[in-house]
Amino acid sequence: MAVLLLGEVNDGELSVDATAKAVSAAKSLGDVTVLCAGASAAAAGEAAAKIDGVAKVLVAEDPSLSHRLAEPTAALIVSLAGDYSHIVAPATTDAKNVMPRVAALLDVMVISDVSGVVDADTFERPIYAGNAIQTVKSKDEKKVITFRTSTFDAAGEGGSASVETVAMSDAPALSSWIEDKVAESDRPELTSAKIVVSGGRGVGSEEDFKVIEALADKLGAAVGASRAAVDSGFAPNDWQVGQTGKVVAPDLYIACGISGAIQHLAGMKDSKIIVAINKDEEAPIFQVADYGLVADLFDAVPALTEKL
Amino acid sequence: MKVLVPVKRVIDYNVKARVKADGSGVDLANVKMSMNPFDEIAVEEAIRLKEKGAVEEIIAVSIGVKQAQETLRTALAMGADRAILVVAADDVQTDIEPLAVAKILAKVVEEEQPGMVILGKQAIDNDMNATGQMLAALLGWGQATFASEVVVEGEAAKVTREVDGGLQTIEVKLPAIVTTDLRLNEPRYASLPNIMKAKKKPLEEKTADDYGVDVSPRLEVVKTTEPEARQAGEMVPDVDTLVAKLKEKGVV
Repeated sequence: MAVLLLGEVNDGELSVDATAKAVSAAKSLGDVTVLCAGASAAAAGEAAAKIDGVAKVLVAEDPSLSHRLAEPTAALIVSLAGDYSHIVAPATTDAKNVMPRVAALLDVMVISDVSGVVDADTFERPIYAGNAIQTVKSKDEKKVITFRTSTFDAAGEGGSASVETVAMSDAPALSSWIEDKVAESDRPELTSAKIVVSGGRGVGSEEDFKVIEALADKLGAAVGASRAAVDSGFAPNDWQVGQTGKVVAPDLYIACGISGAIQHLAGMKDSKIIVAINKDEEAPIFQVADYGLVADLFDAVPALTEKL
Repeated sequence: MKVLVPVKRVIDYNVKARVKADGSGVDLANVKMSMNPFDEIAVEEAIRLKEKGAVEEIIAVSIGVKQAQETLRTALAMGADRAILVVAADDVQTDIEPLAVAKILAKVVEEEQPGMVILGKQAIDNDMNATGQMLAALLGWGQATFASEVVVEGEAAKVTREVDGGLQTIEVKLPAIVTTDLRLNEPRYASLPNIMKAKKKPLEEKTADDYGVDVSPRLEVVKTTEPEARQAGEMVPDVDTLVAKLKEKGVV
């Protein structure tokens, strides 16, 4: 059995954390070949070759593969699929865009957001916002899978896999890239940060989110937000933690003014230590928190920022 | 152009899903069911495109049990023009997989020839996030997933997408698939007069067999279990105690 793993490549650079977590999830399924695709992907390929447990790296470079458009990337993967029993990726927004398309082109079901590997055909995945864990056994000949990265430790370094180049297959130009608006930030990436400080509806405004950001910056943490905060326009969507946003599992998660709707808990309840600060002592967030503090976040969070 | 909007009947967003004691699944008997929230956003977007003059007709379609008729009536009350119900299961516990749903939708698209299909990015029951992408693959269409803005410009749509690092804007040739993310719009509530009017709008009923699609699952559900519960910890009286506890744990 052999695994083709779509490496997370952005502007020619490999996201080592997401890719290495998918490698550790996939390695029990067979020899792992990492595919790095992009307008330029050679440097990403070199980085992928160093991940422990990677047997081989394929580098595909073509202008059509820039900006992670789904149609050419899916066509490339399908052209390579013949050699592999499993085609997998970390469950990033890019992979969630591409992998179901790959699965349908191969006439198989995609298995999204897998949180556990039972055997080569059987996988666990959360459903209903993490309120249930379903174990599914695939009857398809090939398995197309995305892995929920927060539940797997990243594979280490020390690999020295061989790197080969592969040619881009023909793909019709159905979409074209116009622009990326990526928020420039010195903060760590939300899904790989050791500490996350999140704000909810209780923060009250975009302006007041600065209180949350100040604590995050003091701790070298990433900033997160509940769906309610994103819905209310207090925070950008790429900060959203929860069922429909990102899933995080940091060492420390500090939830400020977050009531703890099930949809939010789905995205953070695997954090090692959870701190909740909320005015409302009945807030459900306290039921999952290791340390709960009933307080006005505008008093407690600045005090915490000062004292930590 | 016509727009097709698939809608799914799912457990209501505010209801906590309960796992059945025998591990066979989540209990959906006598539970409040509603339209999948992302599909409401899809219906709303289609209506807004119609209000802007970019769309002439909105067709809502649902695939599942007969009770999904109610979900279609909601779409009609919001502003869809007509509806198609494809009955593909008898038991309310049955979830039709995205691949089978996409295959049926591809047949509906063949018949209806819409210029765009707008779908929710994921259903809040199986959380699969797959149907739109799969339908795009089967049709050989372009896809613009996780949309936060959709602008139709002639033969193409300019779509801004919610991606991990921020936003990406792409142009996709029509016909195309669009899947909706949270911030695309705020769905309207159906007014009482519109709910009454919706009862008279056409709702055509079909079956999966009519389209010749095999809906048998590719993924066998071995079991469904409760996740490990997290124990509540302790309440701390003040910030100083909290700081001391965190230092003790070595996390700050």
